[in-house]
Amino acid sequence: MKANCWTGRNSVEVLDVPDPSILSSRDAIVKVTSTAICGSDLHLVDGYVPTMQKGDILGHEFMGEVVEVGPGVNPKLRVGDRVVVPFPIACGVCAPCRAQLYSCCENTNPNAGISEKLFGHPTAGIYGYSHLTGGFAGGQAEYARVVLADANVLKVDSDLTDEQVLFLSDILPTGYMGAEMCDIQGGDVVAVWGAGPVGQFAMDSARVLGAEKVIAIDKEPYRLDMAASQGYDTINFEDTDVRSALLELTGGRGPDKCIDAVGLEATHGAAHVHLYDRAKQAVRSETDRPHALRQAITSCRSGGVVSVIGVYGGMIDKFPAGAWMNRSLTLRTGQCHVHKYMKPLLGLIEQGKLDPTRIITHRLPLTEAPKGFDLFKNKKDHCEKVVLTP
Amino acid sequence: MTTDTRSTPRLRHDPLVRGLGWASALLGVPQVVAPAGFARALGVGDAARQRSATTAVGVRELTAAAGLLGRPHPAWLWSRVGGDLMDLTMLARALKNHDGRGLGRTVAATAAVTALTATDVYAAVTRTRRSTPMELTATTTVAQPPDKVYALWKDLERLPDFMAHLDEVRVTGPRTSHWRAEAPFGKTVEWDAETTEDVPGQRIAWRSVEGADIDNSGEVRFTPAPGDRGTEIRVTLRYDLPGGAVGKAAARYFGEEPHQQLDDDLRRFKQIAEIGEITRSEGAPSGKRARGEFPQHPAQPLTEDELKEALA
Repeated sequence: MKANCWTGRNSVEVLDVPDPSILSSRDAIVKVTSTAICGSDLHLVDGYVPTMQKGDILGHEFMGEVVEVGPGVNPKLRVGDRVVVPFPIACGVCAPCRAQLYSCCENTNPNAGISEKLFGHPTAGIYGYSHLTGGFAGGQAEYARVVLADANVLKVDSDLTDEQVLFLSDILPTGYMGAEMCDIQGGDVVAVWGAGPVGQFAMDSARVLGAEKVIAIDKEPYRLDMAASQGYDTINFEDTDVRSALLELTGGRGPDKCIDAVGLEATHGAAHVHLYDRAKQAVRSETDRPHALRQAITSCRSGGVVSVIGVYGGMIDKFPAGAWMNRSLTLRTGQCHVHKYMKPLLGLIEQGKLDPTRIITHRLPLTEAPKGFDLFKNKKDHCEKVVLTP
Repeated sequence: MTTDTRSTPRLRHDPLVRGLGWASALLGVPQVVAPAGFARALGVGDAARQRSATTAVGVRELTAAAGLLGRPHPAWLWSRVGGDLMDLTMLARALKNHDGRGLGRTVAATAAVTALTATDVYAAVTRTRRSTPMELTATTTVAQPPDKVYALWKDLERLPDFMAHLDEVRVTGPRTSHWRAEAPFGKTVEWDAETTEDVPGQRIAWRSVEGADIDNSGEVRFTPAPGDRGTEIRVTLRYDLPGGAVGKAAARYFGEEPHQQLDDDLRRFKQIAEIGEITRSEGAPSGKRARGEFPQHPAQPLTEDELKEALA
């Protein structure tokens, strides 16, 4: 089959690889009908995540049709079912899974010993996301193996299109969890750093959850325009001082809730600040550039919540602990516990309260995945979200 | 999480090691105090060169004596072997260029050093091979009641499913079993074990019987986890790691660090207890050898041949 593989830093190629087969009794094989390129795929391609190997199939946002099930799969999942696959693999029975902390599952990462060294405790397996998260083949392919299949798919029986439900695999629940962690109260102003796909969905979710005003912060005019088209206020950090703009928009209070939808590869409006962290990253004295996180913490009103859904992988410098502690801020975060949100969000899509298709700017065949990565990474042709079809 | 404690080698009370220490001291003192006399006694002359060489050898002997008697370690024995070879080289040169005066004494000295060399080599080899007792502990929590977890562990023949280095466990009687395990450098070790304690739902302890390739013992304890979270499992393994510190260093080099092994073993036991099987990825298809497989298979489906090998 054809699959989009990591072939080195800044290099992906569509290669011929063997078809997947059942490795464990509860596996299923899915014929992929739609898959997408995620912002976090860029962290892998840019070389910020260790333990990538040549030939690793990328992709953790995918859906399709079940074409084979292993002998141990619960019979409620059958060949022919149409399914969306959540990106973290969860066993459903360990303590974190029982607490609905699915991305912290203790049983699905065969390389948990290594992630434990980096993170202190193990984290779940993730499709197509380095060997640190298990070395699972990803979904940017014609077929994919789904692990512990009966516990790790959302069956979609309704006549919603692929594009309406595909993002239930990751970015819609991720954006929603970012807003949910904010514990939004009536009248809240929510500021979202990053107007990429996850940021857009965090904004939509914040509004669904009752935010009075939503503010988008980015530097790409087309991404800010996309947010503005939904009625959100915008701040371009390249030509505006974010702090003054936020004070202006909030009557001097600062946003009640702040969402970091950027993560470890942030850029900064001031070149010297960006260069400082970029240089530290280059010599490995910090792994992540936390501009958005720092700004979110210092901007948030006292007693507010800073919710982090942008991906971090290692260590950061100059964490504004003083602002965080002295002003009673709450910091909440996590890789999305997708399984928890899929069904309720499917409901919101069916009711027309969320329209995930609004962010799709490019539709390409799987064979053109490298072109999709180039468009998305380099923000060419106003690229916001690429959907690939095998 | 795992920890280990290594007991101090027992060289301090080893008669051979102490004897060699005193021999070093007895040779070193006259060599340093009266180098000219000592050199004459060997029949090698007492010119400046021989005197300074004798003093240097004396200092070396005293250093070895201090090491062997003060902080005994196999390295001191090996340093003695090195010194012996140096002495033999010098004596051989002396014999070759000998002027005949005191030749008999030089021949006798050479014979004595040769005998001492043999003793040193014997001591160094045997004392280095003495293995180091190791104790490893690891712990995890499994979301199952103690009775169930105990029963799963009691099924000894399933241990190789999750313990990476066990090839086979065969139950040979009500309290006995035969174990076969992989050792570093592709070797296999075998032993018979007997169960020494068995308290259902609480504790199992075992030890190897006479004739084991590696003497070992262990126990696993099961206690209810607070807050109805299942069972806390604590495993302790004690065994003599072959080759002592050298073997440990080599094992670490080959990625077979025992701490990590036991942690990973328990992680897989938890997988079996909680989800019924070991998690396999394309990168780590055989499951229980994930750590040893780095760099792993790429995260893409396996060919038919690879699949057969992984599932074998």
